[in-house]
Amino acid sequence: MMSSETKTMNMIEAINSAMDVMLARDDKVVVMGEDVGFFGGVFRATAGLQKKHGKTRVFDTPINECGIIGVAVGMGAYGLRPVPEIQFADYIYPGLDQLVSEAARLRYRSANDFICPMTVRTPFGGGIFGGQTHSQSPESIMTHICGVKTVIPSNPYDAKGLLIAAIEDNDPVVFLEPKRIYNGPFSGYYDRPVEPWSKHAASVVPEDYYRIELGKAATIREGEAVTVLVYGTMVHVAKTIIDELAIDAEIIDLRTLVPLDIEAIETSVKKTGRCLIIHEATRTSGFGAELAALVQERCFYHLEAPVERVTGFDTPYPHSLEWAYFPGPVRIATALNKILKD
Amino acid sequence: MPDTHRRPASNLPPLSLHIPEPRYRPGDTPDFGDIVVPAVEATPRPGEDTKPDAMRDLCYGLVRVLDFDGQAKGQWDPKLSPERLRLMLRYMMLVRAFDDRMFRAQRQGKTSFYMKCTGEEATSVASTLALDRGDMCFPSYRQQGILIARDYPLIQMMNQIYSNRGDHLMGRQLPIMYSAPEHGFFSVSGNLATQYPQAVGWAMASASKGDSRIATVWCGEGSSAEGDFHSALTFATVYNAPVIFNVVNNQWAISSFSGFAGGERTTFAARAVGYGIAGLRIDGNDPLAVYAATQWAADRARTNNGPTLIEHFTYRSEGHSTSDDPTAYRPAEEPTIWPFGDPIARLRQHLETLGEWDGERHEALRGELEDLVKTTQKQSEKLGILGHGMHQPFETMFQDVFEEMPWHLVEQSKQMLAEQEAKFGPGWKPE
Repeated sequence: MMSSETKTMNMIEAINSAMDVMLARDDKVVVMGEDVGFFGGVFRATAGLQKKHGKTRVFDTPINECGIIGVAVGMGAYGLRPVPEIQFADYIYPGLDQLVSEAARLRYRSANDFICPMTVRTPFGGGIFGGQTHSQSPESIMTHICGVKTVIPSNPYDAKGLLIAAIEDNDPVVFLEPKRIYNGPFSGYYDRPVEPWSKHAASVVPEDYYRIELGKAATIREGEAVTVLVYGTMVHVAKTIIDELAIDAEIIDLRTLVPLDIEAIETSVKKTGRCLIIHEATRTSGFGAELAALVQERCFYHLEAPVERVTGFDTPYPHSLEWAYFPGPVRIATALNKILKD
Repeated sequence: MPDTHRRPASNLPPLSLHIPEPRYRPGDTPDFGDIVVPAVEATPRPGEDTKPDAMRDLCYGLVRVLDFDGQAKGQWDPKLSPERLRLMLRYMMLVRAFDDRMFRAQRQGKTSFYMKCTGEEATSVASTLALDRGDMCFPSYRQQGILIARDYPLIQMMNQIYSNRGDHLMGRQLPIMYSAPEHGFFSVSGNLATQYPQAVGWAMASASKGDSRIATVWCGEGSSAEGDFHSALTFATVYNAPVIFNVVNNQWAISSFSGFAGGERTTFAARAVGYGIAGLRIDGNDPLAVYAATQWAADRARTNNGPTLIEHFTYRSEGHSTSDDPTAYRPAEEPTIWPFGDPIARLRQHLETLGEWDGERHEALRGELEDLVKTTQKQSEKLGILGHGMHQPFETMFQDVFEEMPWHLVEQSKQMLAEQEAKFGPGWKPE
């Protein structure tokens, strides 16, 4: 469903455009969160939306994540389609009870009497010198909740199409936005100039409505040597290193963690016989553990090497030592060399 | 560890930590003589558009309508017709008959759990009768009176309590965690006070759509300590949301007295003062006071004058649930000496004072309602009781986690069905 008119957008602009389109299409959609109204959000994701759609559709909230998510549950029960923003994923924890015990289980516990068609948008991940309270990757906390979908886009085109699909979804969706790549795809080399989105093919975004089905992965690069499972910022880091090393890897951008595109994973790993999983989040009980378990359950007899994980370390995200923490080029190259040697 | 936390020598006494303790424990002789009971006529009824700071005294007083002789008096008298009063009495008596029967059913092993609201019937029944039918109620777990006052079928409540074949929640929820959208009754969570911000969100949505319906929500004084309560009051005051907050102060949260929610220092209605919203502290055992306060708050909300917090000062006459014995933590005679009496007895007395009721009619009604509950119970039990037979097909366990079942739940559902077949033998089919 491609519109004829396209525009070059960065991820922020694409996310903004998704909300703009949905606010115009469906008068049940409301956007709310800290600083999202007049100011347009600390990352500018809601810039101009209040002016265009009005104060009762796009508005600021108290600094109270329990309230933001709890109120959104009530709005959903009324029949609205709320799109709350949590300013940083690191701040979502005060709202977690409303997410885990209420939003996620409302359909189940009420046997469809009430539903929660809410999309919680929140920036996550490090690489911006955000320290331990502005850098976390809590996706595996979300994927562990039954009844919530978890979506992570890696480029402007996907961000818009996935966000529209998330807003239209009748179940709660946690939409995690990798903030390191809001303005440009990140190579993993923090000491090199940042490339803008305009040089990337996925920055060409239709201005109108289109959706990308949740639960479908995207193959970023086809290859035979190793399957690389990745999402968010790390898609671009992985791609850079793989190009540099000239490895014939198959890179799969998962895009949705729950529901997961298991078919894409299984088909690829059975073809390559090797699997590397990369995420920025801490290692222990990270989503990589789930992926590794699924791969060995389903592809064990096709594997030619142990499944490898490249992750952040099990420490709080450090401020000054950010780049020693980040799973960057060295860590990825080391893992790739190891998995290809085995 | 260095000893730096010790204060230097001083003539001040050392700091001491206060751990609240109820005045009476089992074995003590309780005396509620020091509870201040203002005269009925003493409490003014301000206009529904009164600014919160001009009516703060109502957070510390006690709105009453019925005096202890059964007379309705004062500015708050809602002046209900005898028919309306008899309807209110009927609903409260039906709640009590229902509670008694279901409590017994739990004791007979027909279900896992039950919670009575004995002594607190007015806080939900009279409140609901003062609302419009379209207003949305966000209950806690002790507001069965809402459903009964809105004529929700008793058998549906019982089916839910038994998790039987008629339970439209498919046996997923603990007994009494009802859900009834057509009756303006939100799904009961079981987590405490989570419904508070949700009610505010519903009210905000209604206001943003130019609707006329308001939201109303209940919690206990114990769960007013939850962060959700304070989140809700913050959002309600910020957006002037059309919502009524009910805090049913029944003195006890399982075994913890109200002091563990801050009740030693101030009233629960006074929480409203800090948020700049209207607050009313009322006699929760006076059905007419509950009705009048709710009507006032509903009119206020419906005219864009904002939220109201109502503290229903009452007493939980029985245990928290079927799982606790209240005589283990409080004197057994406390409920009987509660100075505000019993809400059903008080409304009966009022109707009799008016010459609109008598003992004979009362006993006849009691018998009629008990028969109704008993007959309905028999019908419900034909659809099964908990733990005796299969009431829900196994695969319903996996339905409604999402609107559409994703592959991993499809796989797990197949696994579970294979486990049942392994257990019950080949050819086995779910009912």
